[in-house]
Amino acid sequence: MSSTSYESVRKPPPALGVSKASSARVAKVLYGAGEASRSGIWVGIFAITMSFAAFTSALFVRQGSSADWAHIALPAILYGNTLALLLSSATLQRARRAILAVAATESHAVRQGLGWLMATLALGFVFIGGQYQAWRQLAAQGLYLATNPNSSFYYVLTAMHGLHVLAGIAALVFVMSRFASRHAALRRSTFEATATYWHFMGVLWLYVLLVLRTKL
Amino acid sequence: MGKLFAIVLVIIALASAYPIVTHMYVMPEDVSTHGHQIDEQLSDTMAEAGISFLLAQFVLAIFVWKFAERKDGGKLKNFPGGAKIMVAGAFILVGTEILALGVFGQRAWANVYFTPPRPDALQIQAQAGQFAFYFRYPGADGKFGAIYPDKIDEGNQNYFGLDPANDIESRDDIVSAELVIPVNREIHLLMHAKDVGHSFYVRELRIQQDFVPGLDLSVHFTATKIGRYEIVCTQLCGLGHYNMKAYLNVMAQDDFEKWVKQKASEL
Amino acid sequence: MEEASDQQAHVHPPPEGFLRKYVFSLDHKVIGKQYYALGLLAVCIGMALSWLMRFHLVWPTTRIPGLELLSKAGAPGGIITPEYYLSLLTMHGTLMVFFVLTNAPFAAFGNYFLPIQIGAEDMAFPRFNMMSFWTTLVAFLVLILAFIIPDGPPISGWTSYAPLSAVGKDAGPGMGWGMNLWAISIAIFCIGSLLGALNFIATTLDLRAKGMTLMRMPICTWAWFITSCIALLAFAVLLPACILLLLDRAAGTSFFIPSGLVVSDRLQAHSGGSPLLWQHLFWFFGHPEVYIAILPSMGIVSHILINSMRKPLLSARVIIYSMMSIGFLSWMVWGHHMFVSGMNPFSSLLFSFPTLTITIPATIMTLIWLGSLYGANIRINAASLFALGFISMFVSGGVSGFFLAQPSIDIVLHATYFVVGHFHMVMGVASLFGVFAGTYFWFSKMTGRMMNQTLGQLHFWLTFIGTYCIFMPFHYLGLVGNVRRYSSFVDDFMGPLMPLHKFITIAALGTGAAQLIFIFNLIYSRYKGVPAPENPWNGTTLEWSIPSPPPWNNFGGKHPIIYHDPYQYDVKGLKGDYIMQDSPEPSAG
Ligand code: HEA
Ligand code: HEA
Ligand code: CUA
Ligand SMILES: [Cu+2]
Repeated sequence: MSSTSYESVRKPPPALGVSKASSARVAKVLYGAGEASRSGIWVGIFAITMSFAAFTSALFVRQGSSADWAHIALPAILYGNTLALLLSSATLQRARRAILAVAATESHAVRQGLGWLMATLALGFVFIGGQYQAWRQLAAQGLYLATNPNSSFYYVLTAMHGLHVLAGIAALVFVMSRFASRHAALRRSTFEATATYWHFMGVLWLYVLLVLRTKL
Repeated sequence: MGKLFAIVLVIIALASAYPIVTHMYVMPEDVSTHGHQIDEQLSDTMAEAGISFLLAQFVLAIFVWKFAERKDGGKLKNFPGGAKIMVAGAFILVGTEILALGVFGQRAWANVYFTPPRPDALQIQAQAGQFAFYFRYPGADGKFGAIYPDKIDEGNQNYFGLDPANDIESRDDIVSAELVIPVNREIHLLMHAKDVGHSFYVRELRIQQDFVPGLDLSVHFTATKIGRYEIVCTQLCGLGHYNMKAYLNVMAQDDFEKWVKQKASEL
Repeated sequence: MEEASDQQAHVHPPPEGFLRKYVFSLDHKVIGKQYYALGLLAVCIGMALSWLMRFHLVWPTTRIPGLELLSKAGAPGGIITPEYYLSLLTMHGTLMVFFVLTNAPFAAFGNYFLPIQIGAEDMAFPRFNMMSFWTTLVAFLVLILAFIIPDGPPISGWTSYAPLSAVGKDAGPGMGWGMNLWAISIAIFCIGSLLGALNFIATTLDLRAKGMTLMRMPICTWAWFITSCIALLAFAVLLPACILLLLDRAAGTSFFIPSGLVVSDRLQAHSGGSPLLWQHLFWFFGHPEVYIAILPSMGIVSHILINSMRKPLLSARVIIYSMMSIGFLSWMVWGHHMFVSGMNPFSSLLFSFPTLTITIPATIMTLIWLGSLYGANIRINAASLFALGFISMFVSGGVSGFFLAQPSIDIVLHATYFVVGHFHMVMGVASLFGVFAGTYFWFSKMTGRMMNQTLGQLHFWLTFIGTYCIFMPFHYLGLVGNVRRYSSFVDDFMGPLMPLHKFITIAALGTGAAQLIFIFNLIYSRYKGVPAPENPWNGTTLEWSIPSPPPWNNFGGKHPIIYHDPYQYDVKGLKGDYIMQDSPEPSAG
């Protein structure tokens, strides 16, 4: 919020609806839309970070409060999941490039953009499925939510992160439906905000994984 | 209307200060060795904060009196010195108060919490549970028996969950519902919560400390006056919270010894 | 400009149909009013609960006819049981802190006036805005549901300390589903508030009209903005805390519950948790929350005072910086609620120092308000009376904070009525005075009709005197050592204090009755009030540049351009002693 660029006088809020552009395809990605989405998404990321910081400090306090901290071995599939999530960020970047190309050149890159988005979505599902699999593996070892503090924090942190990823998946689906539709336009700012959020999910997961690895 | 506001405000301010100035409502007498420091701290703060309070209310009243609905049509003017003097004033006024009370005044706190109990202090364990206090004296061996929460049985008066059958140290432990202590002897009170959070508050002792389940906390104090004082639980602990109290009985040394003997013989 | 307005017209079409217009509205003004109505409903329930509490404290065995309908177990035959007193207390505190003081001064007025004051057509994310209101409403309904279920509302106070709040049914009546509902309600409330805060921040940063630099924003816009920044962090911490609490209660985890607890003769299955963890998480939220409650009122009061004094404050900048430093410092002081909680005694000293320091910006603000009154020409009306009353109340309540901030004094005053007196003075009265002032000031804008002045001023006098009569004596009780959250006291201690308690109860009932004047005035003026002109108070900020009530897109498709800082009073303007923010005439000096 300290950014001085906001000091400057802003133009009125930019256009949101369908532009006068001739080609329906071009109208898919509008330029210049919504500074607000950008600051909105960063503010949201800030709040989510704060929540996870709260969970982490709870973890530290809980660890110090009693001698029942028991090491648990992380399911190996987590690393596969990590890979999937990181890859999905890469595919999303490809999608982004394709989508920007759509708007810029009126080319047939729509298919390509959709393809990459689809890949991102699929990887997102792979991640969620993998996380679920990791839970099953832990449960098979007899480690449930309430078994010991470590397993509690494992489930809580992964579940909270998973919920946020699901929200990201919902946003992706929304973006894709907008992008594929002939009638509705996709705002560039919506797309960029979704992309930022999705990348943040990757970063957040790396953080969670770090906490799980070093503390549990 | 402005004048009315000023008058009402002055009356309110004076009426608010009246019971304080005339000591209409004061803490019960202090019977501890450390309490006078707290009391002094309190009255110093009362003086400084009271003056700040009255000054602020009076200034508000005066300004509203003078500057509300002015008929003179005179020019509006600003307080000489403007915002700068306000900021400086706040820093100087409150800064000195913070230094005087907040920083140097921490001695009273340090006296309660940073001085360890004397080695010869009498150790007593206090247990708080819904909705009663129990106190345990180590008995002749000077040692407390271990606590087994699963053995707690109010019906059998095993409030602490002791196991005298197997645990020798617990056999001579004296358990009492009243905190009986000798006068002028330091007490080291070990605090143990059985179920939820409670608190140990004796107004006359100027002691308040929470019981936290799972944490071993303690306070130490010396009572200087024989008498019977109320111990209240000040941490919301459930439906009987309002009913959770016990008594602190400060006795002369030989009365205390007699009491201990008698209690021991009842075991 | 031409081009921009062409695009603007597409923002969102005017809503059609009753549901879209008034119920599931995306319009920030409607949402603001919805928040206001919710706050009003919550304050009425909360106030009624406080009457029952006060009544029980002094006439514990007197029957209140009809009360058995509220709760058969809690008030058999219309007589409140000591246990039910705790339920009333918990609901009173929760309703007031969350649903009144977070909703009315912040969400309600903020939603209505923040976009207008920065020259925007709506919030940045109207859909989120609607969602945040409806989420809050659901939270409210979930909480109220606790009255209806057989279990009854929880009894652990608005602070819900673990393990009492975490062990479930064993902890007493109301601690089963009642407590679950509480935790669920607060968790939902957090989500609503987070959405709201996000919206406020993005709107302020990005939707300001041309020429509206940050320093040209009115003080109350600043206050809402700073408050949203605090709220964003505070609720982001309370939400995890509630989730962990619910898990302890429902899933058998042990975050807050240590080993070996025997509650109601049952050994609890949990082990190893930390009760202090809840307190830390709660107060990490809880302390900033109290500034969430007061900052918007400070902003509103400054805004109104300037207008009534007909001259700017000595320095608006200093007020804004003070609010920022209060917001910043509010993150470092949460431990002052835990001086005697068993936390490390060194931490108490560490928390004490920033707490004392926070009184410096508070004093600066007070002195600026007072100093600005000097040499002014104060107009007296209901709004300005409440604004002046706010200063008096804030001083009274703030000064008692100075006692509590010292750990050594807190040993004797913690958990006594002194604390209750402190927070009612600042929060129950000062903050609400901000709401009252705002209501009398902006009602004309919000409804298009003026509020009745006579009734308004009568309401002020009764409330001003009444609340002092209720809450000042709380401090005396606390000094004697009268502890809080007690539904009755032993006779020998209580005997001498009983007259004072009776006095408080009578004052509370009287002051409560005086609020009926306010509510009557609201309803009466809404329908029968004198139609309001565009700018009844000769204000300078943007809300006074548009019709009352404003059209659905605020500026009728036009885009205000801002030429001045917000408070050009005491100047020679075309219309009088002021120049509007969007008026191109040159500012004097
Ligand atoms: C709007 C809400 C609000 C506000 C603004 C404040 C403001 C302050 N509060 Fe308060 N507080 C609460 C709401 C609020 N509080 C609540 C709800 C609780 C109890 C919760 C519970 O337990 O249920 C509480 C409890 C509470 C405690 C814990 C007490 C205890 O449980 O034992 C403490 C301790 O430090 C404290 C301190 C302060 C201080 C130092 C300020 C300062 O910000 C005040 C600054 C203002 C001034 C000082 C006045 C103006 C200045 C002058 C006139 C100049 C000169 C004066 C002096 C130098 C003294 N508060
Ligand atoms: C906003 C906060 C708020 C407000 C307004 C009040 C108002 C009142 N409170 Fe409350 N109170 C709390 C917050 C508040 N309280 C909290 C947090 C607790 C602690 C709970 C706990 O311990 O867990 C508490 C506890 C508490 C106790 C302590 C009980 C105990 O510890 O045993 C008592 C005792 O008398 C009490 C009394 C009253 C009375 C008589 C009123 C009133 O009746 C005074 C008269 C009413 C008014 C001055 C204003 C009414 C306003 C309007 C009608 C309209 C406003 C418009 C909009 C909001 C749109 N309250
Ligand atoms: Cu024990 Cu309150
Ligand atoms: Cu606080």
